[in-house]
Amino acid sequence: MKPFEYVRPSTLQEAIDLVVSNPKAQFIAGGTNLIDLMKHGIAAPEKLVDINHLPLKKIEKRDGFLRIGALVLNSEVASHKRVLDKHPLLVQALHAGASGQLRNMATVGGNLLQRTRCPYFYDRAFPCNKRVPGSGCGALGGINRMHAIFGVPVKPNPRSCIAVHPSDLSVALSALEATVWVLGPRGERQIPMADFHRLPNNRPEQDTTLSNGELITAVEIPDAVFPKHVHYLKVRDRASYAFALVSVAAALDIDQNRIKTARLAMGGVAHKPWRLFEAEKMLTGQVASETVFRQAAEVAMQGARAFEHNAYKLSVAPNVIVQALKIAAGLS
Amino acid sequence: MANTQLPPADPEPSLNRVDGRLKVTGAATYSAEYPIDNLAHAVLITSTIAKGRITTINAKPAEAAPGVLAVISHRNTPGVPAYPPVKQPAERAPVGTAFRVFYDELIYFSGQPVALVVAQTLEQAQQAASLVEIDYQTETHQTDFVANRSKAAIAANVQRNKTSPFQDYDRGDPDAMPSAEVKMEATYTIPTQHHQPLEPHAIIAVWEADDKLTVYDKNQGVKSAQGNLAQAFKLPRENVKVNAQFIGGAFGSGIRVWPHTVAAVLAAKQVRRPVKLVLGRELMFTSVGYRPFTEQKIAMGATKTGILTAIRHEGIGQTSAYEEHLERTILATRAMYACLNVSTRYRLLNLDVNTPTWMRGPGDATGMFALESALDELAFALQLDPLELRLRNHADADPERNLPWSAKSLKECYRMGSEQFGWKNRKPEPRSMQVDGMLVGYGMASSLYGFHRHPSKAKAMMQADGSVVVQSATMDIGPGTGTAMTQIAARILGVSPQKVRFDLGDSSLPDAPGQNGSATIPSVGSAVHDACKALKNKLLILGASMPGSILSSAWPDEIVIRNGRIYPTAESRSSVSYTDILKYHKLPQVEMTEESKSGPERDQYSMYSFGCHFVEVQVSPVTGEVRVKRVVTCADVGKIINYKTARSQSIGGVVGGIGMALMEESVMDHRYGRYVTSDFASYHIPVHADIPQIEVFFVDQPDVHVNPIGAKGLGEIAIVGVAAAVANAVFHATGKRVRELPITVDKLV
Ligand SMILES: Cc1cc2nc3c(=O)[nH]c(=O)nc-3n(C[C@H](O)[C@H](O)[C@H](O)COP(=O)(O)OP(=O)(O)OC[C@H]3O[C@@H](n4cnc5c(N)ncnc54)[C@H](O)[C@@H]3O)c2cc1C
Ligand code: SF4
Repeated sequence: MKPFEYVRPSTLQEAIDLVVSNPKAQFIAGGTNLIDLMKHGIAAPEKLVDINHLPLKKIEKRDGFLRIGALVLNSEVASHKRVLDKHPLLVQALHAGASGQLRNMATVGGNLLQRTRCPYFYDRAFPCNKRVPGSGCGALGGINRMHAIFGVPVKPNPRSCIAVHPSDLSVALSALEATVWVLGPRGERQIPMADFHRLPNNRPEQDTTLSNGELITAVEIPDAVFPKHVHYLKVRDRASYAFALVSVAAALDIDQNRIKTARLAMGGVAHKPWRLFEAEKMLTGQVASETVFRQAAEVAMQGARAFEHNAYKLSVAPNVIVQALKIAAGLS
Repeated sequence: MANTQLPPADPEPSLNRVDGRLKVTGAATYSAEYPIDNLAHAVLITSTIAKGRITTINAKPAEAAPGVLAVISHRNTPGVPAYPPVKQPAERAPVGTAFRVFYDELIYFSGQPVALVVAQTLEQAQQAASLVEIDYQTETHQTDFVANRSKAAIAANVQRNKTSPFQDYDRGDPDAMPSAEVKMEATYTIPTQHHQPLEPHAIIAVWEADDKLTVYDKNQGVKSAQGNLAQAFKLPRENVKVNAQFIGGAFGSGIRVWPHTVAAVLAAKQVRRPVKLVLGRELMFTSVGYRPFTEQKIAMGATKTGILTAIRHEGIGQTSAYEEHLERTILATRAMYACLNVSTRYRLLNLDVNTPTWMRGPGDATGMFALESALDELAFALQLDPLELRLRNHADADPERNLPWSAKSLKECYRMGSEQFGWKNRKPEPRSMQVDGMLVGYGMASSLYGFHRHPSKAKAMMQADGSVVVQSATMDIGPGTGTAMTQIAARILGVSPQKVRFDLGDSSLPDAPGQNGSATIPSVGSAVHDACKALKNKLLILGASMPGSILSSAWPDEIVIRNGRIYPTAESRSSVSYTDILKYHKLPQVEMTEESKSGPERDQYSMYSFGCHFVEVQVSPVTGEVRVKRVVTCADVGKIINYKTARSQSIGGVVGGIGMALMEESVMDHRYGRYVTSDFASYHIPVHADIPQIEVFFVDQPDVHVNPIGAKGLGEIAIVGVAAAVANAVFHATGKRVRELPITVDKLV
């Protein structure tokens, strides 16, 4: 680990100024991802700006929204009364992620910004476009069992990246159409979840649409029309404490068996939480049934492409979509 | 063995772990934790290429970094005295040469130690390590087992040794296979798997004088480490002290003295200060061995009634380019079942990787995965219950050596296990059992593990206050050795276990083998038994020689000792205590040292532990995820010394077996000859949620032929066969036979 300076600003503005004024400064929240990256020499901030004392730790009911501060711990979100009542999908997604100990340290903001778990990214002996742009993608012709099937280049180029975003929370937030609130050198802005993470295109080093110095202050979730018919289903290599091979967040607004609104997002399949817009459209107005869910899954899988080791995702993913929908709809 | 009842779960309350409190309160001192003055910290730099040579090492920026004491590499190493002079130009070491650290510029595997940075603090050493620039010239490497399979050959050291068990083996009629009524043939693969104990390997090396070395080193054998280091550094054996009192798991990773240990000793010499080196998790994948990638082909022939008529078992194991690591892979097949016609072949494939080593149940866990899977396949082909097939082929005597078993209660294990598990509820058809939309599968497998007993010494001392100290340079890598030895000593001497202290993990103690091959209880347990017995006899004689002693006319067989008091007979009211005896003779202590080892019985009997596992899995037809729901495991390992620690051993073995079956796999990107799974996020071992209820049963009958305590090894047999039982259960649940471990989602959808 490189020596670094540690500062603890007392206001949001001070924190932002510290990062803006030094391109090698970085915010640190729970540190569960950043410290690991520093140990591996992947992140080497000169200055760590500790935001843990900033006033971003509240969960508040707003008009039409639930606002969760960026520094609320994953475990706090998962045990908050209102979240449990109104947004059980979030709770399920959080419980499917990491371990109890990690969730006690991990913050909401940090969770959205955790970096990929692609092993080539983590080991500096390998090439990786995300770590060293232009060095090549180790996973593309290498071991890619965990990698993306959506949003991947048809023709790989020297800047390709086929990594997936590892966050479970983000998948649920996507399905719930949450908004990310950020404060930066140019003031405050709101970013819809769908636009927060990005596809790699030719800049895989950039995970999100945040600019330097922008601080996540909160996520806002619209009051749920789906407190009942939701499910987060995560397929993984062991029963707990493993990243998703494929996960699905399903939320349905059902009236007398007819689907009024459907929201679907997948994890473990793309460089960002993968919203299944077409499948959602297809489901709207339909009577909930396994057949319909199968059709939706088929629609959802259009455009998916596999690499040498992840073809199984093409078979598992539609099953998981159907199963998550069935459980959400109470058909299973 | 006509024990029709289930043995009681615990015939007498088990002694709790004598070091349990120390461990759970953090008071136990592990290798990296010794508070040593003036300690310097080292960080290892390892090669990023799999084969080639180092062309330049630029250590200048690192050497100039704050706190740095040295950057050691082949260019400036103080040298290991036992290494031969370096050739110019450097030459690749012939096969059979243990790896030499910082010897020359040649690279043999990715992850090879190439330099060591030593600094005042760990952080300074880490920072400086990132500043060392190393350039390589690469050569084409071969790490891909499958691509290189055709190069596998009989190991050179087997070719030289005509009595090696790894010679090609054929018994019986070579035509038995072609003419068999029912046949099966299949290939089974296990990937490279790593021990990855929780405690990483670590060493503190201290040169007490120019010719005196002390190391606090994580290993599984202080005596062998002492011998190895003495030889490497050309020191008198007694000048090397190795301390490894507490070990946070090892599973075989500590059987050898690895290069990093030698590197730390070199560094301490160079900087003339004690040096500490702790391996990071990623270095644990290339520094301390692993279970080798192994491919096995099994062919079986049987009669329609399920009598095995022929077995052929071929195994190819991976090893490094510089050493030959052989393991028992194909050997169990010769002894396990009563089959007249058996052939085995064993080949090695040298690859540009580091040398594998023994990992819990070495060879047998691998071989029995194949054999017991194959048997399940045969049972399916025969439409026969898998357990019934095993019973029909039960070997009543060792078919390989034509000797009687010293003891064997495998049938009793089958009976107990199947009853406890409810095997009779298994519907024979695969995919025929379901619960809550999940596919249910029942699978079973047998297990065996050879009996190992090595010459061992123990010293037993009775102190004036009636407390007992027993010492032996044995180890405790987790099974609870100290506890079991305390119990053996206490029982023989007739004192409460609280009065006994057992010392281990120190090379200055009486000679004992390292902790491997499940040999500790059989070997050291016997030595402790013998030493305590000798001590007791000596004390009884001393007691009888006291004037007017109640012991002078006592019959040795009738003497009873309770709580350190000796009664001439069980009914006697009067007694004399050990303390009285020592006091009378004005002795501060009385001690006896005994050596214990095998005798001619090794040639009269074939000695094994036996057992079996029954496993229930559930498989999701939607996602392909497999979860183990229930395990019943039974073992016949002779006398159980301590039920509680024995049970823990069995549970640990089953957990390891579940990991082996479902998740453990070290994946290498062969383009680079480098692992892509080098942390716990990618190398999966079971977590709590993966482990169901595990029920453990022991036959608990002493094997009177093996040693004075009647106990055989348990550590390894606990894992042997588990992976096959899981794979067989998965087949039963899904109808899909996975022959390539681990059984992951991608192989089932
Ligand atoms: C072994 C392991 C297993 C895991 N398994 C899972 C899993 O299954 N599912 C899952 O979803 N996650 C998993 N995680 C990831 C875990 O959820 C994240 O590490 C965690 O959420 C990160 O939060 P943090 O507060 O610790 O972030 P930090 O490590 O402090 O920060 C992460 C990044 O976010 C930036 N940052 C933090 N807060 C802000 C803010 N408010 N504004 C702007 N930038 C900010 C930091 O600068 C840094 O770049 C796992 C992690 C580990 C170590
Ligand atoms: S997939 Fe992305 S993160 Fe992984 S090696 Fe390729 S560029 Fe790097």
